[in-house]
Amino acid sequence: MSPAPTVGMAIPQRQHYCDEVQQMLYNASLWNGHRIHFDMPYATEVEGYPGLVVAGPLMGDWLHQVVDEWLGDAGMITGIEYSNRIAAYVGETVTSGGTVTAYDEATGEVTLEVFVKNERDEVLTPGVITATLTLAS
Amino acid sequence: MSGLLSEDVLSHIGKQSEPRREIVTRRDIRKYAVATNNRQAKYLDGDVAPPLFHLHLFWDVVPLSELSPDGVSIDSLLPKFPLEKAMAGGLDLTYHKPIKPGDWLTATRTLTNIYEKAGRSGPLIFYEVLMEVRGDDDELVVTEKTTRILR
Repeated sequence: MSPAPTVGMAIPQRQHYCDEVQQMLYNASLWNGHRIHFDMPYATEVEGYPGLVVAGPLMGDWLHQVVDEWLGDAGMITGIEYSNRIAAYVGETVTSGGTVTAYDEATGEVTLEVFVKNERDEVLTPGVITATLTLAS
Repeated sequence: MSGLLSEDVLSHIGKQSEPRREIVTRRDIRKYAVATNNRQAKYLDGDVAPPLFHLHLFWDVVPLSELSPDGVSIDSLLPKFPLEKAMAGGLDLTYHKPIKPGDWLTATRTLTNIYEKAGRSGPLIFYEVLMEVRGDDDELVVTEKTTRILR
């Protein structure tokens, strides 16, 4: 990680485009057989969704990744609180990002408000991540 | 409060699952890292597990005949609730230690709370499940608190 965190600073954002293949591999990796993620007639006709639903915890993973990439080897995520508020659909491009809301230089503890947003700028998955930076020795 | 929750439903608070013990493999970490489109070599090579990997390790594995028609495994910790439409829930996680290939981890899930609240368009039921993941030395590795809302 390059600069020391300052309160209010935004970390680099990342775009995520989840196609059918990634969706299949992700749910297979979890062992998640929920049809809304891969069965289009079921998702649209039975459940009434506009498309295949991106798995909620995958968006949770993207919250972690955007912070973890920023931290690199300079720190480690120690906790997260998040919720899946609005769904994303396969074929959409969503953006993850975050802002530093607290930093304690003495302990290296940093807190960030994080999000996954869709192209309409709706926050799908808001969260708060805490991480500890390895202090320079 | 409309008093939706019967004594019987509430009596499930405190119910605990059988502990599940699983081994972490490099291949599983690599598969998880690829499936989440992770870009960091330490995860893609499987040297260490990315955060949230415990979801992969402890997702329920049940026979096909025990899945509901929509493909979901039924959570045996939960009673039959008087409301069934699931709304967005939340997760609260603490990472105590990194997870590496070769680690044996044990997860125990506890139904820690069931309560109701008045929502804008009717009553809501909340429930909370605490999952503790520990190593063979009994030290905590991940703590996960899930809150789910039914309407």
